[in-house]
Amino acid sequence: MKYLDEFRDAALAEHISASITREATSSSGYRLMEFCGGHTHAISRYGITDLLPATIRLIHGPGCPVCVLPVGRINQAVRLVQQRDVILCTYADVLRVPCSGQMSLMRARSEGADVRMIYSTKNALQVARENPERQVVFFAIGFETTTPPTAVAVKQAHASGMENFSILCNHVLTPAAMQAILSVRTGKMLDGFVGPAHVSTVIGSKPYERFAAEHSKAVVIAGFEPLDVMQAILMLVRQINQGRATVENEFSRAVTREGNLKAQKLVAEVFELRDAFEWRGLGSISESALKLRPEFSRFDAELKFGVDYVPVRDHKACECAAVLCGEKRPQECRIFGTVCTPENPVGSCMVSSEGACAAYYSYGRFREELT
Amino acid sequence: MPKPRPLYSRRGRVEILHGSGGRAMAQLVAELFKVAFDNAWLEQGNDAAVLPQVSGRLVMSCDSHVVSPLFFEGGDIGCLSVHGTINDVSMMGAQPLYLTASFILEEGFLFADLERIVASMASAARDAGVSIVAGDTKVVEKGKGDGVFITTTGIGVLREGIVLSGDLAQPGDRILLSGTIGDHGMAVLSRRENLEFDAPIFSDTAPLHGLVANILDCGARVRVLRDPTRGGLATTLNEIAQQSGVGMLLDESAIPVKKPVEAACEFLGLDPLYVANEGKLVAVCAPEDAVHLLEVMRAHPLAREAAAIGEVTEDSRRFVQMATRLGGRRIVDWLAGEPLPRIC
Ligand code: SF4
Repeated sequence: MKYLDEFRDAALAEHISASITREATSSSGYRLMEFCGGHTHAISRYGITDLLPATIRLIHGPGCPVCVLPVGRINQAVRLVQQRDVILCTYADVLRVPCSGQMSLMRARSEGADVRMIYSTKNALQVARENPERQVVFFAIGFETTTPPTAVAVKQAHASGMENFSILCNHVLTPAAMQAILSVRTGKMLDGFVGPAHVSTVIGSKPYERFAAEHSKAVVIAGFEPLDVMQAILMLVRQINQGRATVENEFSRAVTREGNLKAQKLVAEVFELRDAFEWRGLGSISESALKLRPEFSRFDAELKFGVDYVPVRDHKACECAAVLCGEKRPQECRIFGTVCTPENPVGSCMVSSEGACAAYYSYGRFREELT
Repeated sequence: MPKPRPLYSRRGRVEILHGSGGRAMAQLVAELFKVAFDNAWLEQGNDAAVLPQVSGRLVMSCDSHVVSPLFFEGGDIGCLSVHGTINDVSMMGAQPLYLTASFILEEGFLFADLERIVASMASAARDAGVSIVAGDTKVVEKGKGDGVFITTTGIGVLREGIVLSGDLAQPGDRILLSGTIGDHGMAVLSRRENLEFDAPIFSDTAPLHGLVANILDCGARVRVLRDPTRGGLATTLNEIAQQSGVGMLLDESAIPVKKPVEAACEFLGLDPLYVANEGKLVAVCAPEDAVHLLEVMRAHPLAREAAAIGEVTEDSRRFVQMATRLGGRRIVDWLAGEPLPRIC
């Protein structure tokens, strides 16, 4: 939109685009995965593919927190809020994710469940304070970026002796998911990753080093601004052309090798590794998610209310699993844009603006309909 | 005989009694609404207002307002409820004349707040030269409302020769926008979420009939006028594309957004294209008249930052597309997902 830096942006974009076109000449092409939904969104939102040569193939990764939650996790939240008379606080996107029996948290709300949309963990604590006679559960989801605020909330609740606050913990870990991607066909064929932005500010660039060293994948950590993504693509092309595979940092204004040690310490104080966690699309991955440490277990809604996680299968026509590991493009799902639309999502990838299907549908579908 | 306790006092609160049609309600109407809105039709105290004859076609619209919080930077539910309906009537090219106002009050609501709201409605109506000629009040039990809901209905008159409609946009037409987008929605939302930004965000709530009159008087061939309220600019443009059976191509770098609005949107993960406005309009006009019309708009105080933001294209799929500020292209789709709750 109309800001001063606009014009500079457009000129820079053109410049980077020209460099990529000039240098990305390998006949075998460049298969790059942007891990984060934030990048997927930026790419579609700014039409970045229009600025790239045909040799570059961008493959969307699983880094969308709402998308990777399996149906069973939403079922669990719905059961909790319907059967235990709690107030469930959650971020907006989660509300619309469909789960078993044509339900969603949004539908549960319309049927009388007390589900509240919040913007931050602070809001959730606030709701708990304002409703001392009710139990308030925060549906905690997300990668390493959203974990520290949840840790802070739990510590605050602990310090002030709050009895009516707990979390349904679904915090997951990025490196574990990247590792899992590398074991599927598309993952093995990847030339490189556009590495996470915000996640890396917390965990640093170090955790990605093994992907370069052991799997020979180029990794360039990139910010979420469109120019960041383009610059990272250029850096990846250069690494690949030179036959290198290292971790480089385009987002050095915010990411260091070690990351945010204070945040890491905070998270380690409150959380520990789960033995395994089921991801949508990637299946069960060992040590890929967090749970509360025993000292904080009274804030664990799963234990407090005795609601178990029961795995269920995805909708039979849904290709979210394949989309999430980059095996398929959204428009290769048979129900994309017909049965499954943002208004009436069948899979989770059509819900969040970071989901590949939603991004394609909302921003890019003019392309395929033209061809 | 001692005087009975007044049934309405500005230090008191709304009681069920004030909506039940008895003496308490009569006092509320007489001492608050009639005084504030002050016109002969209300004064008559009949069941309905008998309005003088007008020449021209009548235009009518209504709009309910359920905004939370009731007071925000740059306005409140009172002036909003007047502007909202005046603007709907104006978008057809009509001169708004009369409004009705219906209040649903929640038991326990402070009369001091109601008075502020009513005063704001009265002054908004007066400034716009519109009379509030009829009204209604109901009171719901505590917990069954959220302070106050206001529904207004507006009537205006349309002179001969003016034909504006959402289905008249033609390929080649230009799309003009009267100013920055997202101001109202972000003003309300940042107040509600208690977000502190460096610069406060003010709602743009304003009556647009004056600007509309200038637009219609300047001789430009205008096909569509519409105010991008709930659902924002994106929704309004999709509606027009749908109705007219055309596509659109916007230029992202031409769409004005205030810095604090953009920062707030960024923070909350919102796109200003989908955030509500209450004092902006979109005009679709013939390409040859666009330059002149833009000048006319910019000469009006409510449209100083007016801009030409794109053009109408031929597209059977009716896509609203946008050249992004980086030079790529994308669709500007209908709003999907959780719309912003209760901002107008
Ligand atoms: S189109 Fe819908 S069902 Fe198909 S993969 Fe995408 S989200 Fe899943």
